[in-house]
Amino acid sequence: MNNLLSVQALVTALNSGTAIVDDISFDIAEGETFALLGESGCGKSMTALSLMRLLPDGVHLKQGEVHLANENILTLPERDMRRIRGGRMAMIFQEPGLSLNPVMTVGTQIAEALALHQDMHGAMAEARCAELLEQVGLSDVQRRLRAYPFQLSGGMKQRVMIAMALAGQPKLLIADEPTTALDVTIQAQVLQLLRNTQQQSGMSILLITHDLGVVAQIAHQVAVMYAGQIVEQAPRAQLFAHPAHPYTQKLFAALPHASSAGHALAAISGSVPALGSTGVGCRFAPRCDQAWARCHAEMPGWTILPNKQGVRCHLYDTNEVSTTRQPPGISASQAEQGSSHKGTMSDGVHPQHSSTNYLLQVENLRVHFPIYKGILQRTVGYVKAVDGVSLAIAAGRTLALVGESGCGKTTVGKALLQLVQPTAGSVRFAGNDLVGLGAQQLRVQRAGMQMIFQDPYASLNPKMRVAEILQEGMDVLSIGKNSTERQQRIDELLDQVGLAQTSKWRYPHEFSGGQRQRIAIARALAVNPSLLICDEPTSALDVSVQAQILNLLKTLQQELGLSYLFISHNLAVVEYLAHEVCVMYLGRIVERGTVAEVMRAPRHPYTRALISAVPHIDGSGTLSPCGIETVRLEGEMPSPTNPPQGCYFHPRCPHAMNVCRADYPEATHVSDTRQVHCYLETTEKAKQG
Amino acid sequence: MIAYLIRRILYAFPVLIGVNLLTFFLFFVVNTPDDMARMQLGMKRVTPEAIEKWKQQQGYDKPLMLNTQAAGMSKISDTVFFEKSVRMFVFDFGYANDGRNIAREIQTRMLPSLAIALPTFVVGLLLYITFALFMTLFRGTALDTLGVALCVFLMSVSGLFYIIGGQFLAGKLWHWVPISGYVGGADSIKFILLPVLIGVVSGIGASGRWYRTIFLEEINKDYVRTARAKGLSELRVLFGHVLKNAMIPILTGVVVVIPLLFMGSLLTESFFGIPGLGSYTIDAINAQDFGVVRAMVFLGSVLYIVGLVLTDISYTLVDPRVRLQ
Amino acid sequence: MMPVVLWTDAMIFLLLATILAGAWHIRKWPHLMLPWQRVATSSMGMVSLLILSLFIMVGLLDSLHYRIALPDKNNGQTVYSAEVVSAFDALASGLKNRTEKTYSAPMAVYLYAKESMETPGGEILRDHPRLRFGGAHLQNIERDWLGDVVQKAVYGALAGLLLGVLLIAAVWILFLRQRGDHLPLPKITDSPRKALLITTLLLATFFGAVANLAASYHVLGTDKVGQDVLYLALKSIRTGLVIGTITTLVTLPFALLLGVAAGYFRGWVDDIIQYIYTVLSSIPSVLLIAAAVLMMQVTIEMHPEWFETSAARADVRLLSLCLILGLTSWTGLCRLLRGETLKLRELEYIQAAQSFGVSSPRIITQHIMPNVMHIVLIAMVMDFSGLVLAEAVLSYVGVGVDPSTMSFGTLINAARLEMGREPIVWWTLAAAFGFMLVLVLAANLFADVVRDAFDPRLSHKN
Repeated sequence: MNNLLSVQALVTALNSGTAIVDDISFDIAEGETFALLGESGCGKSMTALSLMRLLPDGVHLKQGEVHLANENILTLPERDMRRIRGGRMAMIFQEPGLSLNPVMTVGTQIAEALALHQDMHGAMAEARCAELLEQVGLSDVQRRLRAYPFQLSGGMKQRVMIAMALAGQPKLLIADEPTTALDVTIQAQVLQLLRNTQQQSGMSILLITHDLGVVAQIAHQVAVMYAGQIVEQAPRAQLFAHPAHPYTQKLFAALPHASSAGHALAAISGSVPALGSTGVGCRFAPRCDQAWARCHAEMPGWTILPNKQGVRCHLYDTNEVSTTRQPPGISASQAEQGSSHKGTMSDGVHPQHSSTNYLLQVENLRVHFPIYKGILQRTVGYVKAVDGVSLAIAAGRTLALVGESGCGKTTVGKALLQLVQPTAGSVRFAGNDLVGLGAQQLRVQRAGMQMIFQDPYASLNPKMRVAEILQEGMDVLSIGKNSTERQQRIDELLDQVGLAQTSKWRYPHEFSGGQRQRIAIARALAVNPSLLICDEPTSALDVSVQAQILNLLKTLQQELGLSYLFISHNLAVVEYLAHEVCVMYLGRIVERGTVAEVMRAPRHPYTRALISAVPHIDGSGTLSPCGIETVRLEGEMPSPTNPPQGCYFHPRCPHAMNVCRADYPEATHVSDTRQVHCYLETTEKAKQG
Repeated sequence: MIAYLIRRILYAFPVLIGVNLLTFFLFFVVNTPDDMARMQLGMKRVTPEAIEKWKQQQGYDKPLMLNTQAAGMSKISDTVFFEKSVRMFVFDFGYANDGRNIAREIQTRMLPSLAIALPTFVVGLLLYITFALFMTLFRGTALDTLGVALCVFLMSVSGLFYIIGGQFLAGKLWHWVPISGYVGGADSIKFILLPVLIGVVSGIGASGRWYRTIFLEEINKDYVRTARAKGLSELRVLFGHVLKNAMIPILTGVVVVIPLLFMGSLLTESFFGIPGLGSYTIDAINAQDFGVVRAMVFLGSVLYIVGLVLTDISYTLVDPRVRLQ
Repeated sequence: MMPVVLWTDAMIFLLLATILAGAWHIRKWPHLMLPWQRVATSSMGMVSLLILSLFIMVGLLDSLHYRIALPDKNNGQTVYSAEVVSAFDALASGLKNRTEKTYSAPMAVYLYAKESMETPGGEILRDHPRLRFGGAHLQNIERDWLGDVVQKAVYGALAGLLLGVLLIAAVWILFLRQRGDHLPLPKITDSPRKALLITTLLLATFFGAVANLAASYHVLGTDKVGQDVLYLALKSIRTGLVIGTITTLVTLPFALLLGVAAGYFRGWVDDIIQYIYTVLSSIPSVLLIAAAVLMMQVTIEMHPEWFETSAARADVRLLSLCLILGLTSWTGLCRLLRGETLKLRELEYIQAAQSFGVSSPRIITQHIMPNVMHIVLIAMVMDFSGLVLAEAVLSYVGVGVDPSTMSFGTLINAARLEMGREPIVWWTLAAAFGFMLVLVLAANLFADVVRDAFDPRLSHKN
């Protein structure tokens, strides 16, 4: 196959000299999707920007060659480079919401690219714009052309970005985390679109991502980046079947999934090294459990394995392989590890609890935010963020609340803690109804229920030391008799979450994201709660760090008998951690049941779509079909201000019937533990009955 | 959106009432009319009769807020508050110490003020934005550093020196234009030239730097990267994309002062002998003519509030998010 | 001698104490030190701080006020002079007391105006008479003047340089002892230290020359009543500093409390606070200040019995000007803080505190205040130069400081009237221009460095 793009020994550095992209080489064949996979800060986005020569101020290309169709584009004058940008080589970005000019219409922005690269103007350009928008799957094209970005949803904006990139008929499309900011069902749509476009136009795609799931769905070739270097490169199937580099192996092992539910995840200790802090040896050596002296002393070279897989690791140096060390097949060790823990799996699955010892019982919770409008600011409607949610959590159990962004799951968490005032419904915690309690009475109940937030950078006050952060709750809720006792408790807590006791005199900015999340957990634990509400606690973290936090949460539950309400959009994490699952759509729960029930045999069409949108990668790194027919959803979630008549899901539901458009379906009890709000179930049950 | 604008306009009324109460408090409660009379008449030859006479002339001899001796509506209307403060809502400002009608005086003096302030504003805005765009285009280079250094230097010089220096150089050394005075009609141009030039130059430092900050903030946003990735040249990125977005924060500071241009500039007008509202205010302050000062305070607030509403309207012109939501 | 503490003196020393206490506190906390360390790595920041601190030193010396006991006693009781003087006046008594008859140009030996004089021969002659003090020691003016000026300047410069070197040596010794460093000759490699060193030596040389010349000449000439302009300009510094600092001190509590309260509580609290600041900011500030100052003037003139000395009266007027400026200018900072608080209150650490049931006052003081302090600090240093400039304009307009208070505004005001003379009397204006420019420029540059060091939006990777 012909190589469209060839990158050789590319080095991109900060002006201070620190290399961000350090000696990277790869080739992309025509019509192929090449994925650059890595965790945050590994230099993958900088690689993409280097190719486009769009590096931000303070960063520059130091050396290397980039050939696009045999033309060295790094030596081109800026004028000629502009012809290539948006022409032969186009790029789309992570945040579609920020990447479009907010004060220009979609049509104008696309037309700009057409005028530049296709010399199309006026009516011809407009016709072509409409064509492009149709090509990327937008409906009502004429109206969309005159729309401003804020009038479009996130998914639509990313489609517009793709249309704009396609306007120059590029040979290479660089997609920098194109789906990271999107929900799973929308992500599936956009990936499908990229795949289709590639088939039609034969362009190559350079996909920058941190998500193994995305790689699994779309990539042909994969290069794994770590700390500015490519550590492994192989065709997708081969990489997934036989990851060679210890880092790649660990990445797969760190992915949570159902079969690992009973035991700890193989987390990678520590975190990605900071820029410029790398030593002379292998950059992964400090976190690698197979490292030996040589790894710390000498940078491994690029080795091509017999199966053409490239890897940067001393384990595969020819002389090493033949003599001292046997490259361990991760599949073997993983299988071994898996089987050794099989026995403990059952400890997570308790027998059914009777309804009497529920720790938290929520009945018909509603949170409506009024919308004011007009001259007198009268209430003209409500954003029904949470619209009648009921759930219950037993002591020592984990209930997961799953849904896409905007479905109201975070608001549920805050309403439980009374951080937002519920409009209606009851929240009974340990037998007391919290709704409508005064501040004083509420304080008594506060200790029992605490929250862990999504963003580890925003959840700790940067001006307080760790000890003060941990002490705050104890002070307010009068836990511990005196300061010595509290200091002891702080030491204890830091031990519990796996931080050194000396860290209590330090400030949040001195810690990495994962460590901060540990501090946040310690803060919540400080007041001895029996229920933790975890709001996407790992979604801002890298996969390797996510595994550490999940392990910690699991251990804490076993040791302290905690209950969790685990709010997440990540089904794999839910499958690993939770006992029961509630699936939320537009402020309501559409399906609930045990993890096994919901994940293995989803009944609501929305749940099915959610689960089938994400490929399942199991611990051995193989892509396993989830055994559920793939449901691709059309469109996006409507606004909670004005939910559709009848079943909220019917406009996107492939099985929608007339009855779905009339009334919201009542709960159908499929089993003791399981409820589904869907007319398909009602009719099913009627048939059986 | 219309409802939003109407709400903003309605909000102007409580604000104006607030301004009115505040000025009333300042002028009549902090010091009694007796104090003012003594001040005006001089401390020495002051007799109770003279004070009474002065108060009567000025219309300050009524009760402040509530006339207990009057009947019916005049209980409220026959008071200093009603006569001096409430009447301002219909632009009835009463008479100055020299006996002239303040409202009429304001009318005739607005034009010269505007003749100086408007060109200064327009030329200045264009120049500052161009200058800032220039610095933004050359950001990170020596030219940019030099521009910023120049700005910091220029903004460290007191406005008084621009006027004194400009007047001295142009009028005395070069004999270009008359250094002060004003006539109406086409001849006014030679009287306007120097004050406008000085006004424009004195603003370069602060405004140039401020706009540069706005542009730099804008140029680091993601959509600019998208525009570059499209293959647009840096100039087209700057003019086609950045400028449009930067107009939003720029308008916030700029539109609000447009109505205030009517008020003129205190310093420029008094230095150049322009018979505008600025020099009127200064003269009133020096003569301690409280009636005029009170009128100008009220007028200023009205114009400021008009400016706020204009700002809101201008957003709808440049920002589709405001226009369409 | 009777010490006199004027209101503004008290405020200044309160402010100084606060800053020292703050610095002491910051020293102990590495995260508070961090941005200041960034300031310390900037040559520009350190040099402008050095120049600012010279101004501040003059201002502080000029704030130690006292009244001299008169020699004759009244019934055994000591009687004090009505004139309030400061420690600075005592130090610069030479400058203060050597007044001429009227104008004289810088370094001049003759008066600006011609006078009728009687020659030894008995003729009446109109010419510029010799100055009483400026260059009075010269015998033959045509022959000696230039040589004398150059000689005095060079000697002074050399003496200044020597003093500068001694000063630096003293600082080094103290510094080394504190560090426990035993390097014989410390290497000066980092640029801020080098810049500081060079600036110190240059300034020392310059001041040496000026001081030596000022002993026998009027370096910046004299004004209409024959006062030394250098003295007047130096006295103006205190007024500028007082206006620039105490005004923000007045602004601060309003802006901080109201801004944070509006942002945190929202609802009706926000509505009321927004209403107040819209009303205040809708009045053009010069007019509001003018109106308030006029009213304050009336009050002060109506109550002469409140003040023991004219200095006390002028001082109260200065303080009121600060109050008025402060009360009319807190709205900008208030709006800024409200916006920031609105953002902060949605942050997760605030919600974490709320979920512990932490009370609102405690959340405000523990979580919100510390996280908006950088805005307050940036606003304070940025406002300083603006206020110094505003004083000049207001004093010119006639709503500034008391005419008897020496300030840049009164200097300019007096000088402007003389611009029409022939030959032109330029020196007073030039002195005011020069002093203000250096002060404001240093303040602006320092403010820039502080802003860059504290602004969280700028990344500080390096």
